[in-house]
Amino acid sequence: MSTNQKLDEGITFDTFMEGIWRQNPVFVMVLGMCPTLAVTVSAENAMSMGLATTFVLVSSCLLVSLIRNVVPKEVRIATYIVIIATFVTLVDYLIQAVSLKLYEALGAFIQLIVVNCIILGRAEAHASKNPPLKSVVNALGMGIGFTIGLLALGATREILGAGKLFGITLFGEQFQPWVVMVLPPGGFFVLGGWLLLFSLLRNRKAAIEGGHGHE
Amino acid sequence: MSEPTTIQTTPGSKMIATMVLVATVCGVLIVGAFEGTQDAIAANKRITLERAVFKVLPGAASVREYAATPTGIQPLTGAMPEGGVKFYAAYDQAGALKGVAAEAAGKGYADVVRVLYGYDAKCQCIVGIGVVAMRETPGIGDKIITDKAFLQNFEALDVRVNAEMTALANAVKVVKHGSKQNAWEIDAIAGATVTSKAVGRGINESAQKLMPLLVPHIEDVKREKGNGK
Repeated sequence: MSTNQKLDEGITFDTFMEGIWRQNPVFVMVLGMCPTLAVTVSAENAMSMGLATTFVLVSSCLLVSLIRNVVPKEVRIATYIVIIATFVTLVDYLIQAVSLKLYEALGAFIQLIVVNCIILGRAEAHASKNPPLKSVVNALGMGIGFTIGLLALGATREILGAGKLFGITLFGEQFQPWVVMVLPPGGFFVLGGWLLLFSLLRNRKAAIEGGHGHE
Repeated sequence: MSEPTTIQTTPGSKMIATMVLVATVCGVLIVGAFEGTQDAIAANKRITLERAVFKVLPGAASVREYAATPTGIQPLTGAMPEGGVKFYAAYDQAGALKGVAAEAAGKGYADVVRVLYGYDAKCQCIVGIGVVAMRETPGIGDKIITDKAFLQNFEALDVRVNAEMTALANAVKVVKHGSKQNAWEIDAIAGATVTSKAVGRGINESAQKLMPLLVPHIEDVKREKGNGK
């Protein structure tokens, strides 16, 4: 009982910020790389993918958290997968209803949200042990962190590779697009650049706070 | 019904009950979403198709799906009949046939290039193309959308059928950039030959199949019929 109460009180700013900074799925945990590299050819695609994943993440964490005391531990993973697959199907229909063009651009990666390890990881590591509100706050942070990560990649690749941002042309006629950036290798280049930048920032922050380096 | 061991396990009935409960809730959610979005999705598909057809046949106002089969033309409802080829008949405001559109697909550099072409029954020629789907290299293969000289090939591409109505009189052919001489040839884009050839091959394949079935019965679709689907 006492542990439960302790967990109930545990909603702090860090519950939300965990996914955005300390445990950012893209830049720190390096999870869900398959959609991260594949759909980030434009900021619009990256944003839509991020929001779709956030929706699935938050909804499944809420449901998993609500039934966490009822589900026998032997069948918990099966239950989580059924729940996650349900919300992915919902997103699949919703995106088709909103825009077929977007649906074709995201392709199989919408259905593949089912096997995105960020979602199952959150359900197992957080939502199954915490009350609904805390789970939702944490999942929302993770989802926003993932969206920010995708958007960072998508925007960089679109600007460099097509000279546009959200489909709006940024430069004049003279701009020569750096085509490799919207091709698959460009995904790796840009991801590498962002990972480098992020670890530099983290190390510097850790060095300032702790007075010593971060291994 | 005695327990042989003392290991604590959840009874199977409880596991099954949990799974059934979760699956039921999820099933209801999915059916709800399907029912809720069905109309919007159908409308979206229709708009996407109409937009594609209107682009290759400017001036058209409505589209109908048909199947051209060896026994004649019939409206496409449900499954495609044996040996049938799907095509879209586009009509203007007054309900007269504006042209026919059909899909063509050819293997490109990265993946299959799918295009929609517009056919004019009066000149028996292709009057426009639009790309439906492709994954060609940006900046190279995607010139098939933007290259004006290439698109001029499809302003009056000859696809007349031969006298026996068995095949095209002249197969559509992609030729080296700058060497187009006949109305049934396509001038390839310099530097994007693979993609140009994919378009040409796809159109040839599709037209060879469709035109001999369509041309003898073109009168059947000259006027827009009924108001049903």
